[in-house]
Amino acid sequence: MVTGVDARTVVDASTVVDSVPDPEMPMLTLADLGVIRSVTETATPAGVAVRVAITPTYSGCPAIEEMRADIARGLSDAGYGPVEVTTVFSPAWSTDWISEDGRRKLAEAGVAPPGPSPARPSGPIPLTLDLPSHTVRCPQCGSPATEEFSRFGPTACTALRRCTSCQEPFQHMKEI
Amino acid sequence: MSGGHDDESVYDGLTGHDDPRWAFGSGFAESEADIVAPVPDGAEPADLAAYCQMLGDDALVLSHRLTEWVSNAPELEEEVALANIALDLLGQARVLLARAGHVEGAGRDEDDLAYRRDAAGFRCVGLVEPSDELDFARAIARLLMFSTWRLALLARLEGSADPVIAAVAAKGVKEVTYHRDYAARWTLRLGDGTAESHGRMQDGLAWAWPYLDELFRTTDQERRLVAAGVAADPADTRDEVDSVIDQVLERATLTRPDVRPAGTLGGRGGRQGVHTEKLEDALAVMQSLARKHPEATW
Repeated sequence: MVTGVDARTVVDASTVVDSVPDPEMPMLTLADLGVIRSVTETATPAGVAVRVAITPTYSGCPAIEEMRADIARGLSDAGYGPVEVTTVFSPAWSTDWISEDGRRKLAEAGVAPPGPSPARPSGPIPLTLDLPSHTVRCPQCGSPATEEFSRFGPTACTALRRCTSCQEPFQHMKEI
Repeated sequence: MSGGHDDESVYDGLTGHDDPRWAFGSGFAESEADIVAPVPDGAEPADLAAYCQMLGDDALVLSHRLTEWVSNAPELEEEVALANIALDLLGQARVLLARAGHVEGAGRDEDDLAYRRDAAGFRCVGLVEPSDELDFARAIARLLMFSTWRLALLARLEGSADPVIAAVAAKGVKEVTYHRDYAARWTLRLGDGTAESHGRMQDGLAWAWPYLDELFRTTDQERRLVAAGVAADPADTRDEVDSVIDQVLERATLTRPDVRPAGTLGGRGGRQGVHTEKLEDALAVMQSLARKHPEATW
């Protein structure tokens, strides 16, 4: 029960928000994923209010509602006062925002991390009729001999690949 | 407050927040920082609301048609792919309809616009309206045409003076790029495959092709919004769309179908609320739950 003006058990709201796990890829925190845009604290009579801005990975990302709830719950448990979580769309999220730590955790969990996000060309966007040829290493055996068999994996942000060396299928977080 | 555990729905743990109508998407606009941005100088709010409905309705109705494949696709990978594409489009539609509702200022939210509008109030193009009747080649042909056109539009809208449209466009460009790649690769596989797959893909193109011309008609609202730096003129996308589709068809050994244009009546089409009867049956399914149980909570 929060009764006092300042019931915080953690001094920095960012620390709380950053450590909330991603609902779909719980090996990553929201900070690892790069979806936290800002965290602002304000002292109010009801306690330390926090305003958090997050950005969705994909337009229709169904996890955004859950992220919002998890952030509010985490801050409330840490003794913070009123919490407001807003969604911002601009600038659009890019896999380049995933931290180095996040990339390591993905690989350890058997998900090949994304390579660099493709640059937005000026003018018309070229059609890609052939499967992407850049090297994605197998997260199990490290072999570069892997192939994509579906651009769409179990979550919007992953593609499905298989390793032609060890034969294991794996997810690859695709570059956007 | 002391809510006993007996009162809790088993779904509480899934939703974890206070709005029990979450499945209808309610509460989204209120937590959306950009939706309430002011209308750009030189743009009429009514025009901007109509334009957001056009872009939103195209995405919403095609999203619905794509979800007809869920539990019906030939392979799990294709089912997941089509469902993912539908989800991206639904996400774009939600933001655009929330923006339309806000700018219109009549108190309608994204749910009112999606679930409580009759067909005549929709502004989508005819291409998205019919069911492909689970013919995979039709689904691919339509997706190729739609995503090629929408990508050309969104790429031009990244610089829109309306911050919501610009943000949806910047995000949408990344998504629709791989929607188009997906459709183009399947067009190649089917067109340049067996005699059977080639014939079916050519038939799929003939099914969707009559709705192509309507995509490039410019409405009065769009004309005014182009002048205000908010909209992209769809007529300007024609060369790019033709060139991309021709490039795919040529490699797929397919030809442009020779069919009469459809989808418009006396120069009026989906953008003016003149729809094919196919939209009615899409809405009958899409809106049935919301209309049967208004304000339902669970």
